[in-house]
Amino acid sequence: MTTQTLNQHDAHAHDGHEHHDASEMKLFGFWVYLMSDLVIFGSLFATYAVLMNGTAGGPTGKEIFELPFILVETFLLLFSSFTYGMAVLAMHKDSLSQVRAWLIVTFILGVGFVSMELYEFHHLIVEGFGPDRSAFLSAFFTLVGTHGLHVTFGLIWMLVMIVQLSTKGLNDMTRPRIMCLSLFWHFLDIVWICVFTFVYLMGVL
Amino acid sequence: MSDAHASHDGGNHGSVKSYVTGLILSIVLTIIPFGMVMSGGFSTMTVFVTISIMAILQVLVQLVMFMHLDFKTEEGWNVGSFAFTALILGILVGGSIWIMQNLHANMMLGG
Repeated sequence: MTTQTLNQHDAHAHDGHEHHDASEMKLFGFWVYLMSDLVIFGSLFATYAVLMNGTAGGPTGKEIFELPFILVETFLLLFSSFTYGMAVLAMHKDSLSQVRAWLIVTFILGVGFVSMELYEFHHLIVEGFGPDRSAFLSAFFTLVGTHGLHVTFGLIWMLVMIVQLSTKGLNDMTRPRIMCLSLFWHFLDIVWICVFTFVYLMGVL
Repeated sequence: MSDAHASHDGGNHGSVKSYVTGLILSIVLTIIPFGMVMSGGFSTMTVFVTISIMAILQVLVQLVMFMHLDFKTEEGWNVGSFAFTALILGILVGGSIWIMQNLHANMMLGG
């Protein structure tokens, strides 16, 4: 079915169209990758749900989660998702300087998020509540850490895009990359909604 | 990339308005669950159900307003693959929890 559609498009593709279809296919391919990533997060959530009561005499979520801190983290990521959206809108208006400016704002917000998460992890480990303390903490660090790693890689990608925009500008190569990173970044925000709801809020409940 | 071009092949890129709407809805759907849990004035069951619903709503808001998931893009293949993944997730997560709870209850494990 997919190949059929592709061939049909190719049969009457003009120059401009061909590029557009190619970038749509890239985006769809990236979407499929995100769906597989979703399954990874799903398994980590299931693992966490199974192990969350296995505290082995260590602390429970209620004792170690600080909700005001998490709320700030949540807003950093949410606003970064919004500012990335602004970058995409600027791209459709062909405004290179605006795209770069919004990407830099998004990058700063993202760094803020990762820094807060690192601070939280460091704080827990120093207090003796590292991933080796209990099954609950192992599952917690794996789930939240995997999300944090994704955000970190998104930040590296964003840095690369800022450099590429400076050297290559907006073209058929950089545009689809910005769109893919957009999907990735919004996806991470969506995963975070599940993290703060099912891990932090329900942990404190 | 003219607007006409973008709209005719279904590439919905959103507008400032849709992003702002998405942001405001997300903020509301974030503050309410945090507020409920932090105030602690509600029964556990009420909070559990409410924050679950809020989370699902916020995921939908962001899928539509930020990621522009709709049936037009790629002739619905995006939505189709998402629905399939959601099914797999349901089996994976729901099934794991179900089996492990059952084991836990039957084996009378401590803790």
